[in-house]
Amino acid sequence: MTRMSAEQRHRVRFILNGEPVDRMCEPRVLLTDFIRHEIGATGTHVGCEHGVCGACTVEIDGWPARACLTLALQIDGCKVRTVEGLTGKQGRLGVLQSAFRRNHALQCGFCTAGILISLDILLARDPRADEAEIREVLTGHLCRCTGYAPIVKAALEAAAALRGDTNREAIDA
Amino acid sequence: MDANAAAGAPAARSWIGQSIPRVEDKALLSGRGRFIDDLGVRPGTLHAAILRSPHAHANIVSTDVDAAKLARGVIAVLTGQDIKALTASLVVGVKAPVECWPIAVGRVRYAGEPVAVVVAESRYLAEDAIDLIEVEYEALPPVIDPIRAMDADSALLHDGFPNNIASDRSFKYGEPDQIFAEAERIIGISIRYPRNSCTPIETYGVVAEYDPGEQAFDVLANFQGPFSIHAVLSRALKVPGNRLRLRTPPDSGGSFGVKQGVFPYIVLIAAAARATGRPVKWIEDRLEHLTASVSATNRATTLRAAVTDDGRILALDWDQVEDCGAHLRAPEPATLYRMHGNLTGAYDIAHVAVRNRVVVTNKTPTGLNRGFGGPQVYFALERLVHRIAVELKRDPVDVISCNLVPAGAFPYRTATGALLDSGDYPTAVARAVSEGGLAELKARREKVRAEGGIYGIGYTAVVEPSVSNMGYITTVMTPAERRKAGPKSGAQATATVSIDPVGSVSVQVASIPQGQGHRTVLAQVVADVLGLTPTDIRVNAEIDTAKDAWSIASGNYASRFAPAVAGTTKIAAERLAGKLARVAAAGLNTESDDIVFAGGFVLSKRNPDNKAPFSRIAALSHWSPGALADDVGQTIRETAFWTPSELSPPDDHDHINSSLCYGFIFDFCGIEVDRVTLQPRIDCYVTMHDCGTILHPAMVDGQVRGGFAQAVGAALYEEYAYAPDGSFLAGTFADYLLPTVAEVPEPLILHMQSASPFTPLGSKGVGEGNCMSTPVCIANAVADALGIADVELPLVPARLAEVLRGAEAAAPSSRSATRPGERKLSGEGSAMVAATPQQVWSMLLDATTLSAVIPGCNAVKKISDTDFKADVTVRVGPVKSNYRARVTLIDLDHPNGVTLIGTADGALGFGAGKGRITLAPVAGEGTSVHYRYEAEIGGKIASIGGRLLDGAARVIIGQFFIALARQTARSATGGDRSIWTKLRGWLGGRR
Amino acid sequence: MKPAAFDYVRAESLDEALEVLRHEGSDARVIAGGQSLMPMLNMRLSKPRVLVDIMRLEELRKVEPRQGRIVIGAAVRQAELLEWPSLARELTLLSLALPWTGHVQTRSRGTICGSVAHADPSAELPLTLLALDGEIILRSARRQRRVAARDFFRGVMATDRNDDELIEMVELPTTNGKRCAFREVARRHGDFAIVACAAVETDRGARLAIGGVADTPVAREFDRLGGSALDDALNALAWDLDARDDFHATARYRRDLVRMIGRDLIAEVTR
Ligand code: FES
Ligand code: FES
Repeated sequence: MTRMSAEQRHRVRFILNGEPVDRMCEPRVLLTDFIRHEIGATGTHVGCEHGVCGACTVEIDGWPARACLTLALQIDGCKVRTVEGLTGKQGRLGVLQSAFRRNHALQCGFCTAGILISLDILLARDPRADEAEIREVLTGHLCRCTGYAPIVKAALEAAAALRGDTNREAIDA
Repeated sequence: MDANAAAGAPAARSWIGQSIPRVEDKALLSGRGRFIDDLGVRPGTLHAAILRSPHAHANIVSTDVDAAKLARGVIAVLTGQDIKALTASLVVGVKAPVECWPIAVGRVRYAGEPVAVVVAESRYLAEDAIDLIEVEYEALPPVIDPIRAMDADSALLHDGFPNNIASDRSFKYGEPDQIFAEAERIIGISIRYPRNSCTPIETYGVVAEYDPGEQAFDVLANFQGPFSIHAVLSRALKVPGNRLRLRTPPDSGGSFGVKQGVFPYIVLIAAAARATGRPVKWIEDRLEHLTASVSATNRATTLRAAVTDDGRILALDWDQVEDCGAHLRAPEPATLYRMHGNLTGAYDIAHVAVRNRVVVTNKTPTGLNRGFGGPQVYFALERLVHRIAVELKRDPVDVISCNLVPAGAFPYRTATGALLDSGDYPTAVARAVSEGGLAELKARREKVRAEGGIYGIGYTAVVEPSVSNMGYITTVMTPAERRKAGPKSGAQATATVSIDPVGSVSVQVASIPQGQGHRTVLAQVVADVLGLTPTDIRVNAEIDTAKDAWSIASGNYASRFAPAVAGTTKIAAERLAGKLARVAAAGLNTESDDIVFAGGFVLSKRNPDNKAPFSRIAALSHWSPGALADDVGQTIRETAFWTPSELSPPDDHDHINSSLCYGFIFDFCGIEVDRVTLQPRIDCYVTMHDCGTILHPAMVDGQVRGGFAQAVGAALYEEYAYAPDGSFLAGTFADYLLPTVAEVPEPLILHMQSASPFTPLGSKGVGEGNCMSTPVCIANAVADALGIADVELPLVPARLAEVLRGAEAAAPSSRSATRPGERKLSGEGSAMVAATPQQVWSMLLDATTLSAVIPGCNAVKKISDTDFKADVTVRVGPVKSNYRARVTLIDLDHPNGVTLIGTADGALGFGAGKGRITLAPVAGEGTSVHYRYEAEIGGKIASIGGRLLDGAARVIIGQFFIALARQTARSATGGDRSIWTKLRGWLGGRR
Repeated sequence: MKPAAFDYVRAESLDEALEVLRHEGSDARVIAGGQSLMPMLNMRLSKPRVLVDIMRLEELRKVEPRQGRIVIGAAVRQAELLEWPSLARELTLLSLALPWTGHVQTRSRGTICGSVAHADPSAELPLTLLALDGEIILRSARRQRRVAARDFFRGVMATDRNDDELIEMVELPTTNGKRCAFREVARRHGDFAIVACAAVETDRGARLAIGGVADTPVAREFDRLGGSALDDALNALAWDLDARDDFHATARYRRDLVRMIGRDLIAEVTR
C-alpha cells in the first residue's frame, strides 16, 4: 500500500491535451491549481471552488468534470482536455469556438472555457443534440455577462455545422 | 474638422454601427485570456489569506497569532493594529468623525470583516495558519434592520454617527406641500428593496509590491475605477499619488460595478507587502466574495404621489432610508444620490419633496453595482405607478403615457435638476406596444386565467442615466458645506491615439473593460476617422496610473464608455487626422480640406488618383519631423480630454444634473405563476431601448441581455440575506442563486435611436437599464397575477404561499403547531436512564462525566462548581471542527432540574445555547431525563451550511444525551446493555 | 478556500482501503467521485487526516443483477449508471431521479454510493434507495453487513455506518414494470431539493418517499385510499416530517408541496 504523505510531493502522470505530463504535487492540491499554476494552462478558470459555477470544467476521460472538485492526484493515468486543447494549430478556432465568436456568446470570457468544454463533449458525442439537451448541459454553468441566449444559439449553430447541415468552411471562417 | 464627414459616402465605409466580430474573442476562446490570476508573479511573491469575523458585531478582546506565526511557510501575520500602524483611515463619504479601516480595529462590524491577514509561501499554507489564529470576541447587539437601526435603543456602530445615521437631508423642489394639500388623491407605497449583487464570476485579485528605497507602491488589481479612488488609496497608504502606481490586468472577468469594491483590499495587501518587504498576492475566494466583498444597498422607501382622478401625477414625496452597511466607504452614499436628478423617472412631474437618510448597520459595506441606485428608485416609483393604475382602475399603460415627458420637450429639465438630453418617450411606448404584441399578450392573459391559471402583466418606464457627474455626490452636503469644500463636477474622459514608425495606429484609453468589448468599438471608431479597417488599429484599454492619461473619472462605471470614452477617442483621432491632412496636403499638393482618409490611403477628394498610403503620411513625423509644417507640430501622439459642459455642480437649491445622458426604456412582460410550486415563470418579456446612436448593435443587445439576466436573478432568486443575529446566510453559490440558462428567457429587444446632442457620437449608456426596469416590471406582473399590493423581492415562492393560500390544513390533533421562522434551533426530547435522579445529578455536575458525555469533548476544566470550560470536537458526517466552549449551570434545583447555558467559538463559527434538563424518577426503571434546548449558530457555518444546520445541531444534541445515558448507565449499573441499546435506537443516533 | 493537508491512499484493493479505515477511524474519509466531499474539504468543513481513494477498485465498479435485485458497486459513477441500458426497465425510479442529481458535470464523477454515504437529507439518491426499499452493504475489515435503507439514514449527514466501514455497494429490488414517479421542487434546476417526492406502486397501493423536508428521507405506505382519507393521510405525513423554515422555503410551503405533489404521484402510480 502506498500512502502518500500530506507534506510531500508525489508523482502524477496524465495526458493533457494530447501531451504527456509528469509532475509532482502534494495530495491536497486541486486540479484547478495544478493545471493553472503548476503547468501554466491558465485557460481553465476558477469561479467558486465548490462545484457550482462551472468555470473550471475540464474533460476527464471523455466526461465533463469540475476541476475544482478533483484532486490532481486523482487524475493520474487519465486523459484530460482543457480549452487550450480546443484550438487548432496557429490559433485557428474550431467550429464551436467560431460559432461563439460570431454570435457574441461571450463577453468577459471568464466562464467561457468551461462552457466550451461541456458543449464540445456533448457535440462530439452527439452532433444531433437538440436545444433541450444543449440547455440541460448549460444548466451546469453560470455566466454573468451574456444572459445565455447567444450561447445557446452558438451551440445550435455549431451542432448544425458539425452535422453538415451548413457549410462547415463558411462557419469556420 | 470632421474627417469622417469629409470622406464622402461615409455609409459605405462606416464601421460604426456594424456588429463586427470582437478583437477580444480569439484569445478568450482559446484559453489565452490574461486575467489577474493568469499572469504569474515575480519569484518570491507571497500569498495572503484573510481571517474573517464570524460575528456581525463584537469587540475583539484578544487575538493570539503565536501559533500561526510559527506555522509552516508563514512569513507574517498582521492584525488590525499592525495595518493601522502602516496606513491611514480610508476617507468616509460624509463629514463625520468616523474612521474606516480595511480591517477590523478593535471591533468587528459585519460578519466577514477581515480580522487578520496571514502572508505565507502559498495560499494553502496561509489558510492553514488562519486556522491557528485564536480570537476572543465579546458579542455586541447586532443592528440589522435599517429602520430599527435609527431607534434610540439600538446599539451604535460608530460614535460619530448618532442613531446610526450618517446623513439626513431634506429637499424641496417646486411646491410639493401645496400640491399635496390640494391633491384630489394621494396614493402611496412602502417598499423594501433587498440586498443583492451582480457578483462577477471572477473574484477580486490584488498583487502589491513596495519599494522602500523610493517609498512607492506598485499594485496590480482588477479594479475597475472610478479613479477618484486612487486619491483615497494613496492617502490611506500614506504616499503621494505619484508613489502609488496602480495597474489593471488586460482582462477582467466581469465587474458590473462590483470590482470598485476591491479597493480596501488594495490597501490591505499593499500594507502586507510593505510589512513583509515582498510582493504579496491575494485572490479572493467565492466565500469571501459573497460574504464580504461588496453589496448593493438595501433601501426602505415610502413614496407618495399627489394624483388627479384621471391619473396625472402632480407631485412626489420620497422618503428613502439607505442602508450602506457597516462602513460608509467611498463613494457612498453615492448610490442614494446617483438618481437624484431623475427621481421623477420618465415623467413630467414639477413638484418633488425628498428626505434622504443614510444609515449604517452590521452588514457588508456597500458599493458600486450595476444599476447603482436605479433598481432601488424604480422599484418604488414603478410599483407606485402600478398601484395608481389599480386604484384608479385604469390601464397601467395609460397612466404611464399620460405622465411621460412629452416628445417635443427635449432637452428637458426635471424638477430636481437633470437635463434629459433627448428622446421621444410616447413613440417608444407606442412602438413597443405594437411591435411587442401587447394586445396578444393581454389575450393570452385572459385565456390562461379562463383556464384557471395565474397570469399577470407588468410594465415599467424608466430613464437610464449614464456618464455620472462627478459632483452629484456632493448633493449630500448642504449648499453651505459645498461652498466651503469647493465645487465638484464634470466627467473628464481621456483617450490617446498614437502612430508608430511604420504608420500603424494604437489607441490607449483608461476605460478598463470587463467584457464589454471596448477594444473592438474603439477600433471601429478610429478606423472610420482614419479610413482604415478595425484590424489595422490596436487598442489597449488597461490602465497604468504611472504612464497613462487618466483622471478621477476614468474607469468602467456609470455606463460611460460609449458616450464618453468612445467619443473622446473620436476627438483624439480627429485631431490627429486634422494634422495628418495638413501633412498630406503638402505632399499631395492640395488643400487640407480636400484631403480624405479612405481605404488605407490619404487622398484628394477632387482627384482621388492623387493619393498616398496612410502609413507613409502617418510615419513622417517619426522619420522626418522637420518636413512637417511648424504649426502641425507632431503627429505621433494625440491625447484628448473631454468633459461635457452640461455637468455643473449642484446649485444653491440642490438642483443637480446627476448624469450627462438619459436613455429611455419601456418594458412589459407576462408572467405565469405555477399553481403548485408558486414559481413565477417569465412567459414573455419585451424591452424597448432608446440609448441614442448605437455603435455596435450586437454588443448593445449583449448588454441588454446581460443586465436582464441579472435583473431576473434580483427579481426571483438572489438575496444577500442576513439572519436577525447578523449572520450572513448566502455564503455559497448553492444559496446565492444566480440564474442559469433554465431561468433566463430571451427577451424581445426593440430599439429607437434618439442621438444625444451632448456626446460626440450621439450615443448614451445602455448597460444598466434592465437592472433598473426589469425587477419592478416582474414584480408588477406578479402583483397583477396574484392581485396583491405588497410585493417583496426576491419573489421566493414559499413567501407567496401565505398570501395566496390562506390558512393551511391543520395538523392532526396530536401535533403541536408550527415553529416561528427564525434561525433559532430548538427541540426537546427525553431519555430513560437506569440510575437514580441523584446519580444523574451528580454526574451532570462533574467535570469528568461531562467530558465523557459532551460529544467530542477533549477536556473539561472546572472553573467553579457551576462553571466549566471545554475543548470540544464537533462532528457531523464529514464535518469536524474544534470549539472552545463555556458552560454555566444555573437554576439548580437539586436533584430535579438544571439549566445549562453554553457558548462555543471555533474556526467554523460560534454557537450559543441554553438547555433545561429535568430529571424525574420512574419506578423500577430509573430516571426519565427530559431536555429542551434553544440554540443559535452563526459565522462561517451559518453562511455556507445553513440549509443543514438545524438537523446537524439535532444530531449533536442527540449525541450528548445518548452519551449521557450511556455514561450514567455505565456508572450506575456497570453498563446495562439492554437499556443502552434501547436508548440508542430511541434517540436515533450513532454509537 | 483550499483543503487542509491530508495523506492520500490510492487503494489497490478493498482490504487495503478497509485497513486504513480500521486504523484511522473517523480521521479517514473515503473518497470516490468526491462531488459531495470535495466542497467540504475545500471549505475546510472536513479535515480528515487521510483520504482513501477507492475509484481504482475494479471490484467496486460493477452494476449487476443478482436474484431479482440490482447491485451497484461503490465506484459506479452516476453518469455510468445513467448509460446502463437496462436502467429504465430494471430501476425505473432511479432512471427518473438520476437526472435531478446535480448536473452532467458532477454526475460524471459522483457515485451512487457516495451520495448515499453523504446522506444529505435533500439528495435524490438516498430518497430513491429508501423508496425502493433498498439495502446498503457495509464492509469493514472484520465483516460485511447489510442494512435496510430505512434503518441506515439517521439524521443530517448521519448514518448507521461505523467509522471503520465503507459502503461496498447498494442493492435495489428491480422495479420490474411497477409504476414509478419522481418529482422535485428546487429553487433552480439542479439545486438541492426543497421537496423531492418518489412514488412506487406496491401490491396494496403505493409507497411514497419524501426528501428535503425531514432530517432524513422518509417513506410511507399508502394502501388504496381515496378522497378525503388520502388527503388526511397525506396531511398527517406532511406534519410528521417536522418541516422547518429556512431561507429558501418555509415549513408550510414544504407541507403544501408534500400534500399536493404526494397526491399527484400516488395517483400516477396507482392509476
Ligand atoms: S470553480 Fe469549479 S465549479 Fe466553480
Ligand atoms: S462571459 Fe462573463 S461570465 Fe460568461
